[in-house]
Amino acid sequence: MKINEVLLQSVTKIIVFIILTLAIYLFFSGHNNPGGGFVGGLVLASSFVLMLLAFDIETVKHGIPVDFKLVAALGAAIVVITGLGAVVFGEAFLTQTFRVFDIPVFGLIELSTVTIFELGVSLTVVGVVVTIILSISEDVS
Amino acid sequence: METLIIIVAGVLVTSATYLILSQNLIRVILGTGVLTHAVHLLIMAMGGFSGNVVPIIGEKGNTYADALPQALILTSIVINFAVAAFFLVLAYQVYNRMNTDDLSKLRRYYHE
Amino acid sequence: MATINLAILLPFIAAILLFLFCRNIKKFHIGWIVLIVPAILFITLMRQLPQITKGNTIINSTSWIPSYDINFVTHLDGLSMIFGLLITGIGTLVIIYSIYYLATERLILQFYIYLLLFMGSMLGVVLSDNLIMLYVFWELTSISSFLLIAFWFQRKGSRYGAKKALHITVLGGFAMLVGFLMLYNVTGTFSVQEIIATIGQHKDHPLIPAIIILVLLGAFTKSAQFPFHIWLPDAMEAPTPISAYLHSATMVKAGIYIVARFTPVFGGEAIWFWAVSVVGLITLFWGSLTAIRQTDLKALLAYSTISQLGLIMTLFGVGSVSLHPNLNIETIIYSQAIFAALFHLINHSTFKGALFMVIGIIDFQVGTRDLRRLGGLIAVMPISFTIAMIGSFSMAGLPPFNGFLSKEMFFTAMLQLKDFDIMNIQAFAGMFPVIAWIASIFTFLYSMMIVFLTFFGPYNEQPDVKVEEPKLGMLVPPIILSLFVVGIFLFPNVLGDYLIKPAVASIYPNITDDLIGDIALWHGFNTELMMTIGIVIIGIILFIFREYVRKIFILFPRSLSFDTLYNNTIVKIDIFAKKITNFYMTGYLKHYFAYIFLFFSLVLGGALLYLDAFSFSLAGDQPVDIFMWIIAILIIVTGIVILFSKSRLTAIVLNGFIGFSIAMLFVLLRAPDLALTQLVIETVSTALFLLCFYFLPEWKPFVIEKRKKVIHIIISVSVGVVFTVIALSIKSGRLFESVATYFEKADELAGGQNIVNTILGDFRAFDTMLEVVVLFIAGIGVYTLIKYKKDKGADKVED
Repeated sequence: MKINEVLLQSVTKIIVFIILTLAIYLFFSGHNNPGGGFVGGLVLASSFVLMLLAFDIETVKHGIPVDFKLVAALGAAIVVITGLGAVVFGEAFLTQTFRVFDIPVFGLIELSTVTIFELGVSLTVVGVVVTIILSISEDVS
Repeated sequence: METLIIIVAGVLVTSATYLILSQNLIRVILGTGVLTHAVHLLIMAMGGFSGNVVPIIGEKGNTYADALPQALILTSIVINFAVAAFFLVLAYQVYNRMNTDDLSKLRRYYHE
Repeated sequence: MATINLAILLPFIAAILLFLFCRNIKKFHIGWIVLIVPAILFITLMRQLPQITKGNTIINSTSWIPSYDINFVTHLDGLSMIFGLLITGIGTLVIIYSIYYLATERLILQFYIYLLLFMGSMLGVVLSDNLIMLYVFWELTSISSFLLIAFWFQRKGSRYGAKKALHITVLGGFAMLVGFLMLYNVTGTFSVQEIIATIGQHKDHPLIPAIIILVLLGAFTKSAQFPFHIWLPDAMEAPTPISAYLHSATMVKAGIYIVARFTPVFGGEAIWFWAVSVVGLITLFWGSLTAIRQTDLKALLAYSTISQLGLIMTLFGVGSVSLHPNLNIETIIYSQAIFAALFHLINHSTFKGALFMVIGIIDFQVGTRDLRRLGGLIAVMPISFTIAMIGSFSMAGLPPFNGFLSKEMFFTAMLQLKDFDIMNIQAFAGMFPVIAWIASIFTFLYSMMIVFLTFFGPYNEQPDVKVEEPKLGMLVPPIILSLFVVGIFLFPNVLGDYLIKPAVASIYPNITDDLIGDIALWHGFNTELMMTIGIVIIGIILFIFREYVRKIFILFPRSLSFDTLYNNTIVKIDIFAKKITNFYMTGYLKHYFAYIFLFFSLVLGGALLYLDAFSFSLAGDQPVDIFMWIIAILIIVTGIVILFSKSRLTAIVLNGFIGFSIAMLFVLLRAPDLALTQLVIETVSTALFLLCFYFLPEWKPFVIEKRKKVIHIIISVSVGVVFTVIALSIKSGRLFESVATYFEKADELAGGQNIVNTILGDFRAFDTMLEVVVLFIAGIGVYTLIKYKKDKGADKVED
């Protein structure tokens, strides 16, 4: 894929950051509003797709030197391990818990183990989607 | 509303079945995609609708849309994506190696 | 005490640890580490021995699936103790032996893992109180035996033998499982001890004969009883330590264990007595007769094992009579038969184990175990000769070895059978001692063949091999076993008091100790001794004229054997299965889909018509607004148009269009999360589709026959109609209340306001976890599919 259109590339550079912000926003808003791990991960992955469309693979790989297979594996591991964490505390597998903390400046903040679980989900989604796209485009180009 | 959704799903199922029965590998894959859409609509319809409410607590009083079908479908959408990608790559590799995407030709290839 | 539970699990844990941490040990033989396991287990069991000798039992229960009465219950009594000590004791010796025997083997790690797997499952069999647990371990022994027989999997014979053993033992195991389930149905419990306690109330249940047959099928297949004995000779393809351990000392005795364990349950039933004792007797006779014609020493020992197992089985059959309700247990001593059975079981493990090891040594040092090529080894291998002589003479039933004692007791039991006046036994009582006597002559004959044809006569010089005694470590295990052979003869009552009497007591719960006699070395000049002397005289005569004896086998053509039957059955089943499979597995994807769709529309549609379940009402439907109409019609139109698209690009775009429309629909159906996800997914997957499609060929114009097209249309329309009708019927007649209200407490239960996400992350997190795993597998699948290159070629395998 060698689309060298200056316009697309310049726009992508800006848009990617907007998409990334959106992804992170969606990830954290998932608890109380639409969003969550899946959508967050997918949006994040789609920013990579956009980058792949705008630049060629080598540039993207050089810019983000991450093995996305490992990211996916890490995500799946986090998901399973958070489940096991509950077992350590004598609860059933995958029991989630939450607590509201009063942190100065930020006010009341609810922290929940679901967030870690969702982080694992997001990482897996990102890892898998990017792995799929990358391996196909590597093969065809 | 439910009846309409079910009928839409029924049409999609018919279309998907016809696609799946075809000779062309890509059409089969497209067919499975359409079938998934139909099933999502079916699950939604089975859950029933409750008007202008969303499954988010704190919005508009005390009634909420049924969240369980939505959660099931959310899972299904993502899995469907993974499986569709797998099918696609399979088809792609099949074409790469055997130079055809015609299922009956593939069958003959296997037999020779 | 959880020690016994741990004892079962220890070999499994050790196997895992071995796999994880000992893969790269090159400095010393890995067997030295493995050796620790059976040694610890042996000592652990020995520590329980005083308790058991006092008549106590050790029961230990852990819940497994309590709602189905399936629990991890171990029960250690006298009977389990004998088997447990045999498994761990001989296991220790066999591992020492194999360290030398398999010193140069490449796949040694696998060997020990399989061996530990077997040891754990065999201990599980003999220590289980729960029938389901017993069955699970029972099948595990079959599987580990399969793996061990096929250890040298490059050889065709190994694979054949392994498959044969697995076919036959698993077939029997399955029958036994059915028997167990029936037994559960009758008694309402899976616990053996409870069954023994309550079986009296169910004696007249019509299922009892069926249960007996099924359970015995399991026992007979495992213990290689006629006509299921055919797997054992082929199992000799396994390495010799395995033959010594699994196929003579322990696993083949699992069937005997089952018979012993169920004697208090079914003992006294006529069908139990006749089945066990007659099958045992036939096996005893046939095994010893067939052993004579063998020229391969290991095959000879295999048939001899079959025959000896038959002997033990017969004794258990005879012993079971004393549980008949018409007999007063105080006045009879037929329980001696059970005593003799257990005694011979131990003796057999010692002398047969020693013999197997010696033959392994001969094979290892000389390079052949063919009787026609061996001879004169006494000059070069005097120690091996001594061991072989002790083992063989004991097997032949000669003093001063332990086989003599148990064989005398065997004759006593056979002769006393005529005193039973129940179940028509007296009519056939004469048959038992006669057949037993003839079989013993054959036993004597082949025992002599082992010793004299191998060690005496002209010495056949083997080219390139310097024949000598093996390393000391290889000799130690058989020497220990042969010391037992002599030691048990000298002090039989030590064994009797500490091991056998508690075991007899666990088979006859009501018996007191003094009813079981002691073992005496000298009975005076009675019938039994005369029988032994007769055996020796006739045996020697037959040995001298053995060439003529062998000629009688011309009467038994090979094509009439059960082996042929087995082979033909397997071949026929293969052909038959292939025919059936080829009939419907055409290799055309559309045929398979057609089956699925036809099944769906015919069965479900038919059921709907048959049950008259169709109902339709618009009641409860939400009103449809104008946006909904537009989107619904758009989807329907697109769904139909996609069928007629002439280029792949159009098809992809239309497919994407359906996806986006559905996302819109989700918005209208008040499912914000779904709408979001669907939008993003549809974007990504359309990109993916385009990426792939770009490199795929153009669609050719479809050339499809009119007739086929019509069939396809009929199938798809019927599927669509059945689908719609069923969905509408379900919608119109709701049978259940929605469970959704529970999830509406999401805020207090899971601390989140988005109900969908709390379901995903908390209430049904298991689903999500597995989904993530599926996603991951799909990703790895895609990756490997693309990176996959053809294999260089597997290991060379003989076929």
